[in-house]
Amino acid sequence: MIGLAHYLLLAGVLFAIAVAGIFINRRNVILLLMCIELMLLAVNFNFVAFSRFLGILDGQVFVFFILTVAAAEAAIGLAILVVLFRQRRSINVEDLDAMKG
Amino acid sequence: MLVAILFWAFSAVLVGAALGVILARNAVHSVLFLVLCFFNAAVLWLLIEAEFLAIVLVLVYVGAVMVLFLFVVMMLDVDIEALREGFARNAPLGALIALIVVVELAYVLWVRRLGVELPGETAPLAQGASNTAEIGAVLYTQYAYPFQLAAMVLLIAIVAAISLTMRRRPGLKAQDVSRQVSVDPAERVRLVSMPPEREP
Repeated sequence: MIGLAHYLLLAGVLFAIAVAGIFINRRNVILLLMCIELMLLAVNFNFVAFSRFLGILDGQVFVFFILTVAAAEAAIGLAILVVLFRQRRSINVEDLDAMKG
Repeated sequence: MLVAILFWAFSAVLVGAALGVILARNAVHSVLFLVLCFFNAAVLWLLIEAEFLAIVLVLVYVGAVMVLFLFVVMMLDVDIEALREGFARNAPLGALIALIVVVELAYVLWVRRLGVELPGETAPLAQGASNTAEIGAVLYTQYAYPFQLAAMVLLIAIVAAISLTMRRRPGLKAQDVSRQVSVDPAERVRLVSMPPEREP
């Protein structure tokens, strides 16, 4: 039978894939943003699973708020990305060293 | 039994799609794989009777945020090959770190058991209660102020995104309505009294 441990491990695998994605695609800002979305999905998985298996509703309300903040984050991140691309004609992380000392 | 089969099938697709997100050659394919991930996650949430969040994930997240991603990826003309440079060099390190994270989590879950008894079945819903109604009952009472704050966060995000991406082109011929409305007739029309012309 599928228990809480299965859901937690699935979320862990998802999170690990996202971490690996950040290491692998470390030059592409769009892919970094997508890996962060994947991480947030894994965290939401944990919240929903704990909430349903322990019978406490607050976890699902938290997922609701996390989705809100993630939507705001994606909107602002993509806006910054578009402005960046207009200025630099590139989204390579290694080109973004203007603040380097 | 059916639930177990569905869980394994959809979680296999979910993990495969997640791998597709990070390994796809084309950024558009990555976004589409991410959409597949969210759909599978929604189905898995349906399996443990979290219907409201599953529908929200599909409608709001796939319908709005992922479409925004897709627009941006398609709008930017990015040289993919230059960005993938160093991909093969970083891949072993990424795989190693992912493996470490998974092994640690599995150890905590199965060997240490988190220090508590992990339930094998979902908590039973109250008789005749629906997931959506239960969340709504909490959201508008106990979490009313955080709910308002979430609305403010979204509003600020909208304003920030628009103000960041709006640009004024220097050569653009456009009307400034407020200047048009507030114009003073004396600046535009000058009445000059001239002597009448002589009779020929």
